[in-house]
Amino acid sequence: MRPEVTDLEIRLLLEAIYERFHYDFRQYAIASIRRRLIQALTAMHCESISALQARILHDERAFPRLLAYLTIQVTDLFRDPEFFLALRQHVVPILATYPSLKLWIAGCSTGEEAYSFAILLAEEGLLDRTLIYATDINDDSLRKAQTGVYALDRLRQFILNYRAAGGTGSLSDYYHADQDNAVMAPELRRRITFADHSLATDSIFSEVQLVSCRNVLIYFDRELQDRALGLFADALCPRGFLCLGTKESIRFSAQAPRFNPMSVGPKIFRRVD
Amino acid sequence: MAARSTTASTSDARFDAVVVGGSAGALEVLRQILRTMPATTAVPVVVVLHLPPRPPEGLPELLARDCLLAVQQAEDKEPLQPGVVYLAPPGYHLLIESHRAFALSVDDPVHFSRPSIDVLFQSARDTYGGRLLAMLLSGASADGAAGLHEVAAVGGITIVQSPAASEAAAMPSAALALFKPTYVWTPAEMTKELPSLFAVRSSMLGSPA
Ligand SMILES: C[S@@+](CC[C@H](N)C(=O)[O-])C[C@H]1O[C@@H](n2cnc3c(N)ncnc32)[C@H](O)[C@@H]1O
Repeated sequence: MRPEVTDLEIRLLLEAIYERFHYDFRQYAIASIRRRLIQALTAMHCESISALQARILHDERAFPRLLAYLTIQVTDLFRDPEFFLALRQHVVPILATYPSLKLWIAGCSTGEEAYSFAILLAEEGLLDRTLIYATDINDDSLRKAQTGVYALDRLRQFILNYRAAGGTGSLSDYYHADQDNAVMAPELRRRITFADHSLATDSIFSEVQLVSCRNVLIYFDRELQDRALGLFADALCPRGFLCLGTKESIRFSAQAPRFNPMSVGPKIFRRVD
Repeated sequence: MAARSTTASTSDARFDAVVVGGSAGALEVLRQILRTMPATTAVPVVVVLHLPPRPPEGLPELLARDCLLAVQQAEDKEPLQPGVVYLAPPGYHLLIESHRAFALSVDDPVHFSRPSIDVLFQSARDTYGGRLLAMLLSGASADGAAGLHEVAAVGGITIVQSPAASEAAAMPSAALALFKPTYVWTPAEMTKELPSLFAVRSSMLGSPA
């Protein structure tokens, strides 16, 4: 059976992490955090949350290990292909009317989502006038994203997704493969700026026409979701686009009045004027 | 025996939520179980079924057809309402937070499954403690056994579909290998016995708080 871990112990640990390392998990959905902390206890051979807390405060190699548990890095190229298909059909034609474009991928993990946008925009002839800001709080992931190197055994799924997302060419146009890896094309990489940015503590940095923040908000509590959605509304130009994960909604958010849902199925919203 | 108190409230009944898990062979049993729940059911019912990665649309509608309760897919941050049957969305873990609202996650699969029954049961146990009715149905993996065990360990009511009467016995057998649940029932026994469990629960809430 799992060790008993109370809400209070978790809150104290998250408070300590914030004070010492300035990572702010205090407003994350606690049920998921509890699962990950229990996994971390086992992996790091700690008996209790207080033992874990003592460890990260005294052993400087311990916190990066814990951080890997606290931020989940599950992602894919063209994850949820029907979303990218809807984007291509209903959003890209409107984006094409802007002389220059800035996109913000918030919570980009190891970069797959940012490369998916870059590929799609390249195929629609818009990449040359686009800048993509892709941000995350996990530095390891950002480094991987920057190199754009993915294990070859993931290619099969990548290709299936690319086709289902309405890809017009061949995915091999966008990477070159060596022995073990697929390396994303430099033309894509050049248009993407990967940067450290927290939706919990940082503020906006640029006006953008589109924000994509997918499968990140589910890990936040309602107040932190409100904060993030507020940042997106502030960063977006009037009528700018907000893309959320397939099962994410603004329904329970105080920021809901600032967005209108588009009627195209997947979770795409537009900022009201 | 004392007359029924007019202050009877949720605290008098034995459970504040129902959680159900199953995989292969569980859908039909689930339909039968839902049919036994009266319209006055005063607790939320939360279900994780393992389904193919792209399951057919309209499962909530299918289940609602012969059930008196509203059946819907759970949404992130949605507060749990009594008398509603919630299904985990395909591809996401479904968790219950301590303030009794749902949270979704795309964390790694557990026992190769997302949604995972263990994830639901364990978070339900963290929230409701022993005030749970948890059912584990037919299925082909060990998912759910550990979670059900935890519910039993804090005094929740646990029901396991009898392996002999399950299309796939692995899931119920995994639970029985860990502990002795409150009941081991065939689908027919469930249909027969569940109404009394639910009757207690709904009459309790029937009185003004
Ligand atoms: C499950 S991944 C989603 C990746 C990608 N958007 C997708 O949908 O495939 C969640 C990401 O959110 C990041 N994240 C968590 N908290 C964050 C925060 N406060 N600010 C920015 N990113 C955060 C995590 O590091 C992780 O990379």
